[in-house]
Amino acid sequence: MKLVKEILFYEIHNTIRSKWVAFYTAFFFFVGYGLFTFSGDVSKAYISLMNIIILIIPLVAIIFGSIYFYNSREFIEMMLSQPIDRKSLYRGIFLGTSIPISAGFAVGFSLPFFLFGKVNDQFGGFLVLLLMGILLTFIFIALSFLISVRQDDKAKGLGIAIFIWLVLAVAYDGIVLLLIYLFQEYPLEQSMIALTILNPIDLGRILFLMKFNIAALMGYTGAVFQKFFGDSLGFIISFLALAAWIIIPFFFSSRYFKRKDF
Amino acid sequence: MSIPKKITLSTTLAVVIFLFACSVSATTITVSKNGPVKTISAALLLANPSDTLLVTSGEYAEGNILVNKKITIIGDNFPVIDGKEEGEIFTVTADDVHFSGLQIQGSGLSFLEENAGIKLKEVKNCSITNCKFLNNFFAVYLAKAADCTIENNFIKGESVREVTSGNGIHLWYCRDITIINNQILNHRDGIYFEFVRNGKIQNNYSKGNLRYGLHFMYSDSCEYANNTFEQNGAGVAVMYTKNVLMKENHFINNWGTTSYGILLKDISDSKIERNIIDQNSVGLYMEGCGRVTISNNTFSKNGWALKLMANSMDNYFYDNNFIANAFDVSTNSRQNFNTFSKNYWAAYKGYDLNNDGYGDVPFRPVTMFSMIIESQPTALILLHSLFIDMMNIAESIIPAITPKALTDSQPRMRPAL
Amino acid sequence: MITIKNLQKNFGKVSVLKNINVTFEEGKVTAVVGPNGSGKTTLIKSILGLVKLSAGTIEVNGKSIADDFAYRNSIGYMPQTARYPENLTGNEILSLIRSIRHLNDYDDDELMKIFNLEKEMEKPFKNLSGGTKQKISTLIAFAFNPKIIILDEPTAGLDPVSSSYFKDLVLKQKELKKTILLTSHLMNDVQELSDEIVFLLDGEIKFHGSVQSLLEDKNETKLERAVAELMTRSLPQ
Repeated sequence: MKLVKEILFYEIHNTIRSKWVAFYTAFFFFVGYGLFTFSGDVSKAYISLMNIIILIIPLVAIIFGSIYFYNSREFIEMMLSQPIDRKSLYRGIFLGTSIPISAGFAVGFSLPFFLFGKVNDQFGGFLVLLLMGILLTFIFIALSFLISVRQDDKAKGLGIAIFIWLVLAVAYDGIVLLLIYLFQEYPLEQSMIALTILNPIDLGRILFLMKFNIAALMGYTGAVFQKFFGDSLGFIISFLALAAWIIIPFFFSSRYFKRKDF
Repeated sequence: MSIPKKITLSTTLAVVIFLFACSVSATTITVSKNGPVKTISAALLLANPSDTLLVTSGEYAEGNILVNKKITIIGDNFPVIDGKEEGEIFTVTADDVHFSGLQIQGSGLSFLEENAGIKLKEVKNCSITNCKFLNNFFAVYLAKAADCTIENNFIKGESVREVTSGNGIHLWYCRDITIINNQILNHRDGIYFEFVRNGKIQNNYSKGNLRYGLHFMYSDSCEYANNTFEQNGAGVAVMYTKNVLMKENHFINNWGTTSYGILLKDISDSKIERNIIDQNSVGLYMEGCGRVTISNNTFSKNGWALKLMANSMDNYFYDNNFIANAFDVSTNSRQNFNTFSKNYWAAYKGYDLNNDGYGDVPFRPVTMFSMIIESQPTALILLHSLFIDMMNIAESIIPAITPKALTDSQPRMRPAL
Repeated sequence: MITIKNLQKNFGKVSVLKNINVTFEEGKVTAVVGPNGSGKTTLIKSILGLVKLSAGTIEVNGKSIADDFAYRNSIGYMPQTARYPENLTGNEILSLIRSIRHLNDYDDDELMKIFNLEKEMEKPFKNLSGGTKQKISTLIAFAFNPKIIILDEPTAGLDPVSSSYFKDLVLKQKELKKTILLTSHLMNDVQELSDEIVFLLDGEIKFHGSVQSLLEDKNETKLERAVAELMTRSLPQ
């Protein structure tokens, strides 16, 4: 564990000094600032922020994660020639990448809220978005590491990363819609909850929308969703699902990393 | 909204003196817990037509009071007339009866009788002003009444369930009724109209009623202005009616699976102007409506700003503002026989090269997703998903399932004032 | 001392190292030579644990390296091309490695001076030249007084002055009874530095002996020619 901390410390230093993170922080800051300045309506600003968080964060995290891992390959080799176990090194690199990026997001995202005094305004919504952004960063960096560990070819790896993003951000919802049409005779609410939980992007979207009283729009489905996600058990399950999205890819990539040839 | 103010003794005296001046023959009978006349019922027996009953403050546990002669009943400092939840409190069967300054409470719940705080039954020229109605089954009930005024009353029920509660102001077969400056809370329907002609409803505030803030059917030539309907179970419903004018009302915050800012069913030749329709599940729902003009309204933050069912035709929507609604317009058909023009749509992304204030590209307010939702309500869980946004864009370029004719050919670049 | 027994390594179906048996002794510099793709780097990586063995054992100082990482405390390694996190400085990397090795017994003053690195150590890696990075790699390989030193193409990126400093350094370490292993394409360097030579071709050791004996065997004075001779002879007919 001490080794993890050492690696983590230097990795964080490295990542935090990169222009990437500064740019990322600035991006969220200006987006929030712009939305609060130019769209007079707060709830519209929230919806836009939500879209940016559930789409841009996964895309940036999965691409940045892959590129970072591929670029770190020689460094990883060098570190592995030192007396360090692979598990610690891998944990250190993963956390050292995820923490600065999610911190960059958290700072850039939160600042406009404080500047415009919007935190108390919609504290629930703010908190859900903040938490969601951080969790999605960890999830998609875990996925990107899984890809990079398994696929040595950088171009292929990046291709797979973008493909996975497309599947989770776009195609998945297309399949959900198709299922709704195919099984329209059946009560679908429970299956929809399950399908939502299985996709972190959808889960993020729904958790946020539930905070915004949009459930009432959804009629019976909304009532079922509200009952599930409004309940503390539902909240715990959602949270566990998101945690699983971090832990499972991390577990498999870590296991593969341990027996990988460099 | 003004709450009826306490009527001070001096104003009451002024009214009394005024009445003396007008009619020498009329006398005032004082009802008092300590006086010779201890109950209103007793006073009514003594009274001659055109007399005035002055009820001093105190609690009068009486109900089932029949007012069958022309009389004025005035309360001094809100005497409480408590029906103890049995039967009706005042039943009026004579013309020219006037109530003011009373606190009327506890008309009895019944599944057979529509017991009210005050019921005006087949009468003319009556008025109910500055009264408080608390915890009544029905509060004010007008049956076959005409030329009456209900003004400055505070009406609050304690409704929990729809079946065990009555309406705040209930009109049945009435004409020329004015309802003004009342506050109606927590009844079944705030204001209920059935077969009413020439009703005028102004400056009322209807909030937290279980079913509708305003509910009217078969009621022609009525006017609704400057009212606020807020947080009612199902908003406002207007059905089977002609020649309605609804202007400058606020329909706010009616959220729920079957809540509407305004629900219009079989309405024709009516006008809906300059209303604010904000934060409702469905802002305006129209079914079977014809020749209704909807103009200068602002629809904001509603789930659906406008649900326009296919059997509505020849309605005209212009100069309205549609801002930050989850769906601006949805419909259940590919056909459209209504006209949209010069509305402001916040969702519009077109441009105005010739700078005339109107976008050069027509706007299609009905999105593909809203069409999908009509047939597959479950699909609403995909709200704000990227896949859906992409489909909407594709559909707006090449319409395949949305009504082609439902477009605003002159979308405003800036909100209409 | 490093002892390799029956080492075999396959990448998928391709067999990169076939039945390698070799011992690298203390106080000697052994050069691993061979054409590209002969398995030199894989052999080194096997010793470092960067590559997992398909079969066989490797012992470092008499202990098997399987499922162990602490043994690398006694190894200093200089990779062929060094890439470091570009926003960190040499000093930061050095202190990172220092804390990983938790050794106080290290000495980099002399090397710093020789390579003139003091100022460069303060700069982030993205601002450093390839040669400077190579020097920092050298520093890292030698600074911790390791018993075993593994150098992969060490002189490739160094200027002539640094290169000669470097060679002195290696010879000095040899005097200190270190086990030194190097790969190089530059036969002059190999001839200058090495005592022993291991010639690898297609994953097999085709020759292992002293440089001297190879030269005598082939009747050459230049190692380059002797190795070329070895190679042509070993090629399949």
